[in-house]
Amino acid sequence: MDELNYKSYRIEAENICVDYHGKVALYDANLRLKAGQICGLVGMNGAGKTTFFNALTGFVNISKGKIRINGESLRIAQQDQSIAYVPQSEGIDSQFPVSVWDVVMMGRYGSMNVLRSPRESDIQAVKDAIERVDLIELSAAPIGNLSGGQRKRTFLARAIAQRASILLLDEPFAGVDIRTEKLISELFIQFKNEGKTILLSTHDMIHVREFCDLVLLINKTVVAYGETSEVFTPENITSTFGGVSPDVLFGPES
Amino acid sequence: MDLCFLSTNITSFLADPLSHEFMRKALLMSSLVAAVCGFLSSYLTLKGWALMGDAVSHSVMPGVVVAYALGLPFSLGAFIFGVGSVALIGFVKQKSRVKEDTVIGLVFTGFFALGIVLVSKIKSNIDLHSILFGSPLGISLSDVKQTVFISLLVVILLSVFRKDLILYCFDPRHAKTVGINVLFLHYLLLTCLSLAAVVGLQSVGIVLVVAMLITPGATAYLLTDKFDNMTIISVISAVISSVFGIYFSFWFDLETGGSIVLVQTFIFLFAFLFAPRYGIFKFKKLFSNY
Repeated sequence: MDELNYKSYRIEAENICVDYHGKVALYDANLRLKAGQICGLVGMNGAGKTTFFNALTGFVNISKGKIRINGESLRIAQQDQSIAYVPQSEGIDSQFPVSVWDVVMMGRYGSMNVLRSPRESDIQAVKDAIERVDLIELSAAPIGNLSGGQRKRTFLARAIAQRASILLLDEPFAGVDIRTEKLISELFIQFKNEGKTILLSTHDMIHVREFCDLVLLINKTVVAYGETSEVFTPENITSTFGGVSPDVLFGPES
Repeated sequence: MDLCFLSTNITSFLADPLSHEFMRKALLMSSLVAAVCGFLSSYLTLKGWALMGDAVSHSVMPGVVVAYALGLPFSLGAFIFGVGSVALIGFVKQKSRVKEDTVIGLVFTGFFALGIVLVSKIKSNIDLHSILFGSPLGISLSDVKQTVFISLLVVILLSVFRKDLILYCFDPRHAKTVGINVLFLHYLLLTCLSLAAVVGLQSVGIVLVVAMLITPGATAYLLTDKFDNMTIISVISAVISSVFGIYFSFWFDLETGGSIVLVQTFIFLFAFLFAPRYGIFKFKKLFSNY
């Protein structure tokens, strides 16, 4: 990784606001992430986590503020395949008639011709990605036949096949089996070493402490942001969760 | 002997109608229309656009009437009103607090009513009955040309953008993230929907065209886990329904559109009950025990 790339920000979100038909979902949110950083996005349901992801992927338009990805506009980031999004299970029709292979191949679409006919390199990338998430024997299986964990791994493989430098993961640990959880943990370490930037939303406080260098606490706007050890305090968590003590939410250990 | 009698009967059942030119034309055109609608149907079913299909197919009515009155190709009028209705639905939804399904119901019935009023007001040779219930037995030569052209156009569009459209139906956010123009795909699918509704209404009429757009796809969805197979099954079941529907209407003197759609519904019911994997009686399970 070159020096310049390391120094510059991968994600820069400045005072971004998103509203849906006049209803504010997110306001004045800021975030800066560098290569190799893992940041946890923590907040209640409806606090704007998915909205934040939607803004960073360009799936919703921001009404105010600025987003730069690798110093460029979102449009260029999309063309460069810079961002990969791993949806949460509920966000996907699990009965859709596509196979694991088909889904992972979708990670390559952005760099293919208009008919999306795969080249040798695309096929190899898909194969490698499926191997990395340990699904090779299921690559022809329809996604409807998979367990929640296997499906999660399929979407991770899609992000790997895309070769994006930034990964956005919506609840990567929700509803997965132990094997998948272990595999995702290992992948996170590999991604970090590869210099990828990761933003993940989670409800699990233990995962935040385990993986995240940084944490972003949000409740429609940023409540606190910084190094996990400094920011992830009971007081901050309490105010993020609307005054409810983290003890109540997560037990005294949190 | 019985067998011989039966086979003669079946042969005459199938062959007799073919001696009429209007029947040959109706069978050919309806099969083409069914194939196109069946092809599109697998996308619409997966996208969850059944209600949208209903809305667009009803909304094309005033377009058809106006186009006829002005001497324009009726597909043009239908297309403008089909896409216009969806734009209007989007606008009203965005600017009011009324829920989407209410807005859809409200807009398409409004368009449909406008169409009916226009038919009664504009004195022309438009036959309200044939617009509402289809007239596959009375297709004119210019209609044939238009239908073939539109059908080809829809099939080409759906084939060229097949993979993108599957992705758009499955995970539009990912499509957007990798730089695929989601808005373009949205309007592409909408355009195909309007065009298919236009050709479909000749076969079964405005009232039932939505069945052509969703039933074959729904049937196929119960029978396979692969998108390609789903499209093939959808097309085949749609074509079979049209052919048998027309035969039944010929022999038993039934309304053709209704007859076609009823056969489709029966095929769906059959899949619903007996589909190997997703039917009520899961035959695969039964067989695997023996």
